[in-house]
Parts: sequence; C-alpha cells; structure tokens
Amino acid sequence: MGLSIEKVSKAFTTKTGRIDVLDQVSLNIEKGEFICIVGPSGCGKTTLLNIVAGLEIATDGKVLLNEKEISEPAAGINIIFQELALFPWLRVIENIEFGMRIAGVGKEERRNKAEKYLKMVHLSDFQNSLIHELSGGMKQRVAIARALTLDSEVLLMDEPFTALDDQTREDLQLELQTVWMKTGQTIILVTHNIQEAVFLADRVVVMTALPGRIKCIVDIEWERPRHHNDSHFSLYKANMIKELQEEMRTIAAME
Amino acid sequence: MPQWNKTTVEIIRKLAFYLILIIVWELSYHFCVEVLCIWKPYSFASPIAVLRTLTGLITDNSLSIAILASIKRIAQGYGISLLVGLLVGLIIVKFKYIGENIRPLILGFQTLPSIGWLPFAILWYGLNESSIIFITAIGSTFSVIIAVESGMKNVNPLYIKAARTMGAKGIRMYTDVIIPAALPVIASGLKQGWSFAWRALIAGEMLCATVGLGHILMMGREVADISQVMAVMSVIILLGLAVDKLIFAQIESKIMHRWGLEQGPL
Repeated sequence: MGLSIEKVSKAFTTKTGRIDVLDQVSLNIEKGEFICIVGPSGCGKTTLLNIVAGLEIATDGKVLLNEKEISEPAAGINIIFQELALFPWLRVIENIEFGMRIAGVGKEERRNKAEKYLKMVHLSDFQNSLIHELSGGMKQRVAIARALTLDSEVLLMDEPFTALDDQTREDLQLELQTVWMKTGQTIILVTHNIQEAVFLADRVVVMTALPGRIKCIVDIEWERPRHHNDSHFSLYKANMIKELQEEMRTIAAME
Repeated sequence: MPQWNKTTVEIIRKLAFYLILIIVWELSYHFCVEVLCIWKPYSFASPIAVLRTLTGLITDNSLSIAILASIKRIAQGYGISLLVGLLVGLIIVKFKYIGENIRPLILGFQTLPSIGWLPFAILWYGLNESSIIFITAIGSTFSVIIAVESGMKNVNPLYIKAARTMGAKGIRMYTDVIIPAALPVIASGLKQGWSFAWRALIAGEMLCATVGLGHILMMGREVADISQVMAVMSVIILLGLAVDKLIFAQIESKIMHRWGLEQGPL
C-alpha cells in the first residue's frame, strides 16, 4: 500500500536529440510519510512530480497508488505548483472551494470545509480578498488550503516556499508540519533548499541530474513537532546538512 | 476637502478644453464662411446653428424616434453577433482541425467592411429592417469570434493543469476555467465588436432605412441642411462615446481590477 514509483524513466526528444530526464527512478513511500526531494536543477524533480500527479506520462515504468496505476490526474493525488496557479477571477474562499465545487459537494458543506481550512492556515480574515491583493506567503497558504480540501491521500508540492523571505518560509514550514500532523497525508515536497528538506522530511531523497537518478536516501530521525530553534538538535541538523551538502557537491563535481 | 478641489479642477480643465474647441469652431465658421467667403454657407454650420437644429430635432421628437429605432437595431444585431461569435469561437477552439483552417478565412472576413455585405443582405432579405440588422451583426461577429478564440487559446496552461488535478474536465473545464480565464481578452473583443456594429448600423441606416440616426443624417443631406448633418453626426459620436465609456469601459475596468491586471499589459 502507499505510493510506489517503479523504475520510472522519462525522455524528451528535441531537435538536438534525446534527453533522458529521469532514469529508472524507484521509490516506495508509505502512507503518511513526509518525503523531500532535493537535487540540482535539471535533475527531473518537477518532471517526477508531474508524472506522479498524472499530468505527464512516463516513458517507462509506472506509478502506483494503493496498487492502482496512475495514468491521469486521480482523486487521491493533489499537486501544488511552484507558481501556485490560483485563479484570479475567484475570491480566496471560492478558490479554496473550487475542487469541491467540481466534485459536486453541496454549497453549505463546501463553505464550512473551506472556512475550516482557511482557519487552519490563518487566513480567515481574507476569505473575500482577491488573489492579487495577497502577499506571496498568503497566496502560498491559499494554495495549501485549496489542496487540503480535497482530502487526497498524497499531496505533491513543487518548491512551494522558494519565492518567500526567510521568516515567512520558516512560518510556513511550521504550519505545514502542523497541518500534515493533523491530516496525516503523504507529502512529497520538491525543494533545492537542504535546510528545508531536513526540517520537514521523514526521508530526504537526493537526486543527481542528467539523467535524473536517486543518489541516496537519508532518514531524518528527529522527533516531531520540530522547531527551527531546537537547541539540542541544531548539531544534528548541521551534520545532516553537511552530509547532504557533500552529496550535492559530489553530484556537482560529477557534472 | 482637497480631494473635492482636485476633481473640480479636473472637471474645469476638461470643460475648458471643449469650450476652446467650440470657440475655434465658431471662429472658423465666422472667418471662412462669413468674412472670407471661402466656404459656402451650405457646407459648414456654426455651433449655434447646430445647437438650434438639435433643439428642433429634440422638440419635434424626430431625434428620440431615430435614436430608439437605432438602439433597437443595434441591440438585436449586436445580440445576434454575441451569440454567433461565442458559439463559433467555442467551436473553433474545441475542434482543432476546423480552427486551424478557418482562422485565415475569419481574418479575411474581418477586413471586409461590413457595408460590403449590404448588397448580399439586400438580395437575401430585401431593402428592409432585416438587412440592416444583418450587417450590424456581421460587423461585430468576426471581432467577437477572434477575441473568444485568442482569449481561450492563450489561457495560462497552468490553470488548466491545476484544474485537471482538481478533477475538472470536459464542459466544466470550459465553464469554470477557460472562459473565466479568457474574459479579459473576450471583454476587449466585445468592446471592439460593439464599435464595429455601431459603424455598420449607421452605414446601413443611411442606405436603406426609413427611420433611425443614419436616416435623419441622410435626410439632412437631401434637404441640403448642413446644420442637421452636423447635429446628427454629433449625436452619433456622443452616443458611441457614451456607450463605450459608460458600459464597456466599466465592464473592462471591473474585469481588469478583479484579475489584477490593471498595471500589467493584457
């Protein structure tokens, strides 16, 4: 059970030839696990996420969710894009209700649920705002709330906090941890920020670029809830980051 | 209040501009027609004469009858063009094969002045109301089609991707994502279409109507009353401007605000 990525390869044919973006990537993820994928740009992180989301088809291999193959966007899997893709023509609360409205959830039920998740991401006061009126961090929260309402088993996040300032990023990492501990979803988060990966993940998956392969998987044994200023842990965190940075460096040296 | 003062100043500045324009008009009438006699009196009217004729047209009700007739026609013609334009636009976007091949044809038709359709319309419907409505409709249909098509084709693919992962497909994808996302482009197409329809209507009325703004404009020529010609022209310009500013500009700015596009290019 859970999510399993089995020998997934992806190649694009361009004018100049064939590019192998992913090469035989395999990964088993248990239900409720928090996975972070780190790697240099061009390692196929986003492509892998799109394949898991059913938005792109793998050239070879397959993705199974609870033994069922994913070949198109499925109800059990949701994705938050790097650019968020919030709809500017809808107000905040309507954005959050979007998926439920498509699914045919009744008006009252979806309003209640949307309000619940808005509260969870601390945006209750902004439910009638327009998207362009929000700050970057607030937009990110809306996107998270919108994804949560669908109760999907797996939530994919593509560099969600990259564009934010340090303080907002740390706040949102904490909030994401809280939300995840409440909902028990499986989360796969792609990032190029090692600290972020260490802070959030149960396991950090390190990838190499061209072709994208899994270099190593590092377990993060750190009790939850985690805090950015856990003093007894900062040493461990530093070691972890050092280790990962070395991995990244060898990857960079190989290129 | 300083803000009130600011708007008042703004209004006075605007009024002053138009006042100067009217003075220039009056002066050029005075010198060219009355003093230098280089323009014939039947070829140019003074603003006072135009105003007098306009008052006459208003008091004997001929202007309001004409305006009502024209508005009725444009409502029908423009309404038809919206329906046809949206439908054809949707079909073109939905069916790639038709879209690819019909595009140049539509662009070609768009360049044909709508009055060029009048002989065709007359042979179909005769010299009557339907012909005028036909050319009014045809005047804006192609603008609407092009706007619908380019608006929907250029929707950010990310919106579609996101909607797909949230379960949207088929008709819901159109009604809930593609059409709203395309609205800013569609709205400016509708505005452009309206001005094409308005021009086509006046042209049509000049040639084959027994009532309407185009008709009383032509009446002015027939009785060689330049003040009537200029009075009706002003009414046509003012009405066109009013609809543009009070209806279409409002809709457009509402959409732009909502979509957060005010500063950015479309």
